[in-house]
Amino acid sequence: MPIRIKKEAVKRGISDRVKEISGIDINACLQCKKCTNGCPVSGFTSSSPSEIIKKLQLGAGEELLASEIIWTCVSCATCFSRCPMEIDMAGVMDALRVMAAETGAAKPDGNMPLMNKILLGTIKAFGRTYDLGAMALYKAGTSSYTKDMGKVPLILKKGKIALLPSQGADKKMVKQIFNNLEKARKK
Amino acid sequence: MKYAYFPGCSAESTARDLYLSTMTVARALGIEFIEPEGWSCCGATMAHQVDHDLSVSLAAANLLKVKDMGLEMVVSCASCYSRMKIANHEISTNPKTREIVSAALGKDYDGSVKVRHFVEIVLEDIGLAAFKKALTHSLQGLKVASYYGCLLVRPPEITGFDDPENPVYMDRLINAMGGAGLDWPHKVECCGGSLTLTRSDLVVKLSEPIIAMAKDSGAQCIAVACPMCQINLDMRQDDILKTTGHRYNMPIIYITQLMGLCLGMSEQALGLDKLIISPQETMNFIRS
Repeated sequence: MPIRIKKEAVKRGISDRVKEISGIDINACLQCKKCTNGCPVSGFTSSSPSEIIKKLQLGAGEELLASEIIWTCVSCATCFSRCPMEIDMAGVMDALRVMAAETGAAKPDGNMPLMNKILLGTIKAFGRTYDLGAMALYKAGTSSYTKDMGKVPLILKKGKIALLPSQGADKKMVKQIFNNLEKARKK
Repeated sequence: MKYAYFPGCSAESTARDLYLSTMTVARALGIEFIEPEGWSCCGATMAHQVDHDLSVSLAAANLLKVKDMGLEMVVSCASCYSRMKIANHEISTNPKTREIVSAALGKDYDGSVKVRHFVEIVLEDIGLAAFKKALTHSLQGLKVASYYGCLLVRPPEITGFDDPENPVYMDRLINAMGGAGLDWPHKVECCGGSLTLTRSDLVVKLSEPIIAMAKDSGAQCIAVACPMCQINLDMRQDDILKTTGHRYNMPIIYITQLMGLCLGMSEQALGLDKLIISPQETMNFIRS
């Protein structure tokens, strides 16, 4: 299958920015495709790890950030573990997610950016994740109340999810981390 | 034997059973666990998708607490294990990351705290001989597919857990308990992990082949060490039945629960009542 990319007007692709965020140089890729062959989701999505790398090498621009695989990637790191050139493809996907969220290119099936935002919000508030609260907010944000709702009474009854947020964390430390990183970024 | 034990957020919620069984087994084996005071989220599973420095800092805040305790950190959640190991790796190999993280924490952290999984300390520190000696019950030939998933074994350069393609640590424990640890092909496949709520359709597609392969390999239950693997494989069997018509009824049991049963501990102390697919048939194998 031919791989096509759009050259950006500035003639500079996004691979430099990937390197800036992740520290990963994708130019060592040999296109052996061990990553794609081991990838558990490449059969269920419209792209593959090796294709993403090839497109980055060819100078793909921001249109790459709309690729579905960026959000179907499960960060299982099979790609990285099997790469003969030791390219951390899972790290590349993380960088692409950051960029996709920054540029607003993220429109995945199943709103992972929203889920991430909500879960991080619970950590900022309580110092630990609050699953039930996050689930409720996600369902409200995606209007998907009916999906999986049958599971909630069951896991509540079995005590397999906490009803209330945890109160034991060093919240001051966690808030300080969020604030210090935000301040450092503004500088 | 004394360690700093990091429970992780799931210990208070979706993996209460893993937490209860780990604590119970540790006590039975004479392992002393001290929880770092005010421990907080390690950044799993989403922070790394949003902000690299934040994900490393959240893990490092806990590693720093453990450093001050002068102990090794033991974790039972595979996801926390992975994030802690990655944070240590990033901080000790990338001076810029260390600088950013230390500024965020308000104190320098060098990435030096040793992080280990509970299964590792039972095998490596207690040892199989002493573990066998402590057993009061046996699995009586129970055929178990040990499922390791992603986070314990990958990336191998960073986690350093057993063998990345064919791990046997849990199998060694199963065999020591008188069970039969199966040699099967899907030990390190991915169950769909963090997509559990956002793309449950994919989780069903990824989980079913794992359960099917375990069944075809003769497994009577699947042993796990990761809260996400446990909940996906256990909770999604109902969705697998609804979408494919295939009924597996395969118990998905934490390795620590099996260990606890063979140490004579009660179902309640091990959180076995929290499993969705009933482990009753598995428990019928246990003999004193």
